Amino acid sequence: MNWFNKLLPSRIRTEGGAKKNVPEGLWTKCSACSAVLYRAEMERNYNVCPKCEHHMRIAARFRLDRFLDEEAREEIGANLKPLDVLKFRDLKKYRDRISQAQKNTGETDALVAIKGKVKGVPLVALAFEFKFMGGSMGSVVGERFVRAANVCLEQNIPLLCFSSSGGARMQEALFSLMQMAKTSAVIARLNRRGIPFISVMTDPTMGGVSASLAMLGDINIAEPHALIGFAGPRVIEQTVRETLPEGFQRSEFLLEHGAIDMIVDRRDMRDKVASLLSILMHQSAA
Amino acid sequence: MNLNFLDFEQPIAELEAKIEELRYVGSDNEINISEEISRLQSKSRELTESIFSSLQSAQIAQLARHPQRPYFLDYVERIFTDFDELHGDRAFADDAAIAAGLARLEGKPVLVMGQQKGRDTREKIRRNFGMPRPEGYRKAQRLFTMAERFKLPLLTFIDTPGAYPGLGAEERGQSEAIARNLLILSQLKTPIISTVIGEGGSGGALAIGVGDRLLMMQYSTYSVISPEGCASILWKSADKAADAAEAMGLTAPRLKELGLVDAIINEPLGGAHRDIDMTAANVKAALLESLETLESVGLDKLLDQRYEKLLSYGNYTE
Repeated sequence: MNWFNKLLPSRIRTEGGAKKNVPEGLWTKCSACSAVLYRAEMERNYNVCPKCEHHMRIAARFRLDRFLDEEAREEIGANLKPLDVLKFRDLKKYRDRISQAQKNTGETDALVAIKGKVKGVPLVALAFEFKFMGGSMGSVVGERFVRAANVCLEQNIPLLCFSSSGGARMQEALFSLMQMAKTSAVIARLNRRGIPFISVMTDPTMGGVSASLAMLGDINIAEPHALIGFAGPRVIEQTVRETLPEGFQRSEFLLEHGAIDMIVDRRDMRDKVASLLSILMHQSAA
Repeated sequence: MNLNFLDFEQPIAELEAKIEELRYVGSDNEINISEEISRLQSKSRELTESIFSSLQSAQIAQLARHPQRPYFLDYVERIFTDFDELHGDRAFADDAAIAAGLARLEGKPVLVMGQQKGRDTREKIRRNFGMPRPEGYRKAQRLFTMAERFKLPLLTFIDTPGAYPGLGAEERGQSEAIARNLLILSQLKTPIISTVIGEGGSGGALAIGVGDRLLMMQYSTYSVISPEGCASILWKSADKAADAAEAMGLTAPRLKELGLVDAIINEPLGGAHRDIDMTAANVKAALLESLETLESVGLDKLLDQRYEKLLSYGNYTE
């Protein structure tokens, strides 16, 4: 208690209780411009800040829910669950990290796969859940990706993936590295069959995910200002021992250097993807 | 401390020094000390056997990075004939961290490729410590498809701390270069054998390591991240690298047990650098054996098997 509060009569003192009257989570703050925003309005705006257009990180299921048409949705590989064959233990057990992540996110692992339609165009859409251990790619992510692609191969429909990942899951050691080869192999099959794969990179898409499935789109799209790269900026800074230029490894940097086809605002994603896919699939304009 | 020996080998180094000393004395002395020398030599051998029979993962990681360990071109010289190096990605540069070329294995035409580290400072810098940049992976890509066109089996040798994490590498699309290689290798129409000869450092290693057979030298390592990197992220301290090495199971026997590696190539007592000729002979024998097996399978079946193998990686329940 500071000297000013001591001077106040007790009935005026707030004891830090004023905030308690505001319901939890009604307001939120933009992580870029710090503007205080009404949460419901933010969600209506697809979690893009109306003040500065910053694209905030969003949950996989929320993203897919907003992206897909409402009818004819079908989840793929929902029953797959991670296994800890290495009995990996760092400061915490891998098993405990899994159950904690499952509790926090309500997901079984870091990738959600749903077959559905976007503006009438059938497809399978995938989204990484960044809050599940940094969206890291382990065996379940790899297997779900393959099953989703297999549905595309069977039904001749396109595949789309929203990436958001720190890379391979270290707790699954070499098994996680091999998921890079596994997912790339099934993309090769899609390529050979002429089935489109659209990769949408969102903030952040790094390491093993960036160096496999995310960069292999027939069309590579990024959300504005997403961090996308192979090595993390801190690792690079330590290696080259100089400060990295402003905007390094951001979507705009990647577009300039030829790594992606376009940057698309999250709110325009449905229209843009539907238009691109209807051309690649020789369908009439959506 | 003797720099030819690693820290855990110092007791061996001391014995070897004693033997050298005796030899020196023996050469300008009339006394016959050969008996004593041979006694010490057998003791040194026993000591080496005992130390090497129970190596920790972190110690194997040290051996895999040993400064005297044979590198890719040391093997090329001993295993192949008519080697001609091919250079450049036809777009930007020639990356010396990956060397590749045409050669013959027992007369048979093949394409060989590997990450190459440098021996002295100048060479180390020129080879970028065996850390390829995108142009290295794109040179590899060009030669993968060439191997397919000319029906040359592809033999790759993995020895890298990882793909280079640099500014230019990111600008030129390190991620895409690696990813594209994984995709191309998964369906390349020629037999592919990859051998981890030293460090198998993550995606930078995998980018030339997807194929039909994965072989590992006895004291090589293969992992998703370096033990130091893993420790600093998960343990919040690079000092825990030994724990991380153990937890990740990056050694050949462990990875064989897990079904991720097809065969282990034995090294001489004390490691590959103690007898490079013998090591190379072991590698050559393993390559010939694997190649014979792969070539007896038809190409279509080989590609199906490769695809099935790639898709089988992983552990999960349903």
